[in-house]
Amino acid sequence: MKTVKQFLNSFLLVELLKGLRVTWANMFRRKVTVQFPEERTPQSPRFRGLHALRSYPNGEERCIACKLCEAVCPASAITIEAGPREKDGSRRTTKYEIDLFKCIFCGFCEESCPVDSIVETRIFDYHFENRGEHIMTKEMLLEVGRLNEEQIAADREADAKYR
Amino acid sequence: MTESEFMFSDLMVWAETAFWILLKIVAILIPLILAVAYTTYAERKIIGYMQLRLGPNRVGPKGWLQPIADTVKLIMKEIVVPRGASKTLFVMAPILFIGPSFAAWAVVPFDAGVVLADVNAGLLYILAMTSIGVYGVIIAGWASNSKYAFLGAMRSAAQIVSYELAMGFALVGVLMCSQSMNLGEIVLSQSGGIFQWFWIPLFPLLVVYWISGVAETNRAPFDMAEGESEIVAGFHVEYGGMAFSLFFLAEYANMILISFLTALLFFGGWLSPFEGYGMLDEMTAWIPGTIWLLIKASIFLFGLLWIRATFPRFRYDQIMRLGWKVFIPVTLVWLPVVAIWIKSNVWPFN
Repeated sequence: MKTVKQFLNSFLLVELLKGLRVTWANMFRRKVTVQFPEERTPQSPRFRGLHALRSYPNGEERCIACKLCEAVCPASAITIEAGPREKDGSRRTTKYEIDLFKCIFCGFCEESCPVDSIVETRIFDYHFENRGEHIMTKEMLLEVGRLNEEQIAADREADAKYR
Repeated sequence: MTESEFMFSDLMVWAETAFWILLKIVAILIPLILAVAYTTYAERKIIGYMQLRLGPNRVGPKGWLQPIADTVKLIMKEIVVPRGASKTLFVMAPILFIGPSFAAWAVVPFDAGVVLADVNAGLLYILAMTSIGVYGVIIAGWASNSKYAFLGAMRSAAQIVSYELAMGFALVGVLMCSQSMNLGEIVLSQSGGIFQWFWIPLFPLLVVYWISGVAETNRAPFDMAEGESEIVAGFHVEYGGMAFSLFFLAEYANMILISFLTALLFFGGWLSPFEGYGMLDEMTAWIPGTIWLLIKASIFLFGLLWIRATFPRFRYDQIMRLGWKVFIPVTLVWLPVVAIWIKSNVWPFN
């Protein structure tokens, strides 16, 4: 009896017709596609995108060249050279570079930073057009920080109570 | 009348006939190619919708110009002939594939008498043309000098040969019911409304024919010849640009052909389903037969896309088992049944 039932089931394509019914029903359901450039998925304040170096409101850069980020970076993507600044002799970086091809966006640099200088922003849709552009220099990082300071500060504020 | 004058007028008659035939061919092929272009669009949209996606919607309003953009891209691409490939055969293969699939349309009637070649053995001609197409596949696979292409070609050849049998048997049923091989006469023998069409007495054969048609066109779930997961794209893996698009065009032309044939052979072709139903018949009398045929064919074309969106690919031995151990016995059993049915003079053969 069971074999007869099994035979009829497969011979009359019962399972296949059930499958067709599922796809038919799905055709009329709401579509879940996000139309990317116009629509964006929501982001967390902890989003780890393109890096930035922050500055204080008076324009002084935060980074004190402690090299903790360079030490903690698991991909060795950060290169720092430090020395006294000509103007006031304080210890600053003379070179701060991030290789975006090496970076794995783990966020350790951000966590290790004692002065909240190196941060990861919400920017994720950037591109390079020439060789060598994947190296973010200190000026580029500071520029990203200046342009996005408002968002960066708001995100740190939102996350502060969990730190 | 001198001899030269006679020759000249003879030539004129010949040229005029040739001109009209060419015009008819163009009148069939241009809409066919457009239909193929928009079948690809419909396929992407329908499969997208069934997978909760939107499908192409960027080029033109709602993505309507997507097929045009695809065509332009394919035309501009270079045809690369692989090293060690047999160059002549490599270039010939797409033509050998697309030629028969277009030629088969010659005997397809679009309305009563609207047919390019009203031949008596239309059904045989179509079977022959769809079978010849496999040479294009085999030659493409062999000439590419690639193991994937060759494997795909072998699979495709074995599959088409196996399903040809079941398909031929299914068509024998149609032949018995209509007593004719001419597609127009087959349609006319189904006149008398939806319950006189052959789909009721030949239902098992219809299912066998339809599934064999899916297998013949190498469509999912029978697309072993393309099997992306193991042999990349099968027989056309080395083709690009227009050479590839010829294969593509032929595959979709075959799909449309199978849909048209299903409508013609089992669902009364251009006949209205309400024929002889009084009120309904009068209300729908203004709809031309071609529209009925197109509606029926589009339903089956949608079925092909629906099937592709639903089923995973068969394993190769499963395909062979289905073809040889299921379809051929089913058709062999149903043919005597139909024969007795016809001879016993009961509905719908009275």
